[in-house]
Amino acid sequence: MKLFAPALVLLAGIFLCCGCSVEESQEGVSVSDSGIKRIMIDGSSTVEPIVSRIAERFEAEYNDVQVPVKVTGTGTGFREMIAGHIDIANASRPIKASEKAECEQNSIETIELKIGIDGLTIAVHPENDWVSAMTVAQLKKLWEPGSTVKTWKDLDPSWPDHQISLYGAGEESGTFDYFTEVIVGKEDSITENYSPSADDNVIATGVAGDKYAMGFFGYAYYQKNSSKLKALAISNTDSLNDAVAPTAESITSGTYVPLSRPLFIYVKKASLARPEVEDFVRFCLTTGQSSVSEAGYVAISEADLNTTKQSFDDALKSAAR
Amino acid sequence: MSTSVSEVLPTNSDEVLSVAASVNFISGSSPAMRRRLLFSRVFAWTCRLATYSALGMLVALLASIFISCAGRLSLDFVRSVNSVDPQEAGILAGLWGTFWLISLTGMMAVPLGVGSAVYLEEYAADSFLNRLIKVNLSNLAGVPSIVYGMLGLTVFVRMFDLFEKPLIISVPGLIRIPLPLGDKVLAGAMTMTLVILPIVIIASQEALRAVPSSIRMASLALGATRWQTIRHQVLPAALPGIVTGVILAISRAIGETAPLIMIGALTVARFCPAGIDSPMKLLTQPHRILQAPLDQFTAMPIEIFHWAKQPGDDFRPVAASGIVVLLMVLLLFNGIAVWIRYRASRGVRW
Repeated sequence: MKLFAPALVLLAGIFLCCGCSVEESQEGVSVSDSGIKRIMIDGSSTVEPIVSRIAERFEAEYNDVQVPVKVTGTGTGFREMIAGHIDIANASRPIKASEKAECEQNSIETIELKIGIDGLTIAVHPENDWVSAMTVAQLKKLWEPGSTVKTWKDLDPSWPDHQISLYGAGEESGTFDYFTEVIVGKEDSITENYSPSADDNVIATGVAGDKYAMGFFGYAYYQKNSSKLKALAISNTDSLNDAVAPTAESITSGTYVPLSRPLFIYVKKASLARPEVEDFVRFCLTTGQSSVSEAGYVAISEADLNTTKQSFDDALKSAAR
Repeated sequence: MSTSVSEVLPTNSDEVLSVAASVNFISGSSPAMRRRLLFSRVFAWTCRLATYSALGMLVALLASIFISCAGRLSLDFVRSVNSVDPQEAGILAGLWGTFWLISLTGMMAVPLGVGSAVYLEEYAADSFLNRLIKVNLSNLAGVPSIVYGMLGLTVFVRMFDLFEKPLIISVPGLIRIPLPLGDKVLAGAMTMTLVILPIVIIASQEALRAVPSSIRMASLALGATRWQTIRHQVLPAALPGIVTGVILAISRAIGETAPLIMIGALTVARFCPAGIDSPMKLLTQPHRILQAPLDQFTAMPIEIFHWAKQPGDDFRPVAASGIVVLLMVLLLFNGIAVWIRYRASRGVRW
């Protein structure tokens, strides 16, 4: 107790002697003074498994760079990008015009790089022997708000007269946004009669445990549980003959429509001036590409990868200028 | 019969019980009395069942966790950082993140909380403002932690966007304080302090109230000042209760995830704050101790949550191991509390 006052004086003295100074912080540079550099990444939970895998391999190769990843969702990731807090935003959808405008307002330029493809899978129970393909119109009828479809028979008279139990991602997930947009036709609107879950495992387990169930989730979760589930082929036209099943090939080639979507990283152009960010992005487009399939997604085609690399090189040139 | 009971009017509670029992025994033959006795017994069993079912659920939960972590939990798990490979993933980064977070939270919440409680119980007049504060404390204790997370995000992480350009206050070679604070351990600890402060204050108030006022009167009558009374009589007597409240609050803080995600704690990180990844480094590189609170961090519950969400069953044992480590840290804290309580209660002599 008696030492308290002298300690306070000493501390104040240290601060004064060392010359406490106020400076403007340099944009994005890590606070750590141990010479370790840090790349800031935030955004989609869908893209995170890819980027985390790449980041871990990158850190193993570059000892002085740390690449932590935050998961807050695509929208929040873009908000952080607009605020200038991060170098890379993970996104499971392209940037919206409004978000782009806000970036420009804050004089933040980004480049869009496609790094993988997610195939959204519609799955049923493996013992379900009456359906193997559906049209988008049928799915819309089943999933739209105020849907009158209660039993399988309501969809097709030859199907059993048994209630369909529906499982799917909850509204906080990018998978939900994407599904409602392409199937229902209007983002964020969906039937009231489904069980939402933030955890795709719960959805997969739900479908695997109920012969009359149907659910949607990312292709990664289907792959992990493919023995317990049956994926439906989806037709974008009115004819079931055009139905395409979700496979690595159909998703890469872009024939599995409309339920495959590209995954992006948006890189802040100003950050590319930092060698560690440039190295990391290049790593994503070269060595790191194998992480895409390891994370359960589908790699983009050779041609698409070349286009992506080209836009990265262009951005580097313009950043150097 | 009633006269015979009043004749042997008992003087202490043990005797009351034994007399009551013998009365029951004597008059258990009447049907009305039998019904009352039966009801009494059923009630006792219902209460017992309530206790055992809660205990049963806890045991089942713990058993399932311990079974799933079997074969995965090892010393390596607490010595390595996170990984996408379930065989390599460890909790070291989260462990150190939680260590800094909770240490700083404790350093802020305990003086503020105990100080407020001492003021409210020992000094505060019965004014409108003080009554308002007291009533609102219990409301604040019930506010969901995510609300405090949003508050922390606005006030500590962004500082109301007051700074157009982020500033750094630096003492060269010692410490660099960024303003606004950003997603640093310190901002997280300040937010967590808000979460647990009402709990600490209420528990401390209860403990202070339990100290008989005759002690205060006696101390004041002997010429002690208010400060001396509080310092030497009231606080030592209330210490066991205060410590219990603090530990309960800290235990809650260790498991909180929502406010941390809100203020922007890292989800996947393979580094410890300021690079301190072993207790030895606290001694060999003491200059880093000041840097750690201003570094980014992840915490144990965030890592566990992240593992539990991974596709497939691969990460199940990893998540279970994380939970076991979290439980062990909680147990350690509770052990310390029991020890402090024991030490403190030994010192009280009236």
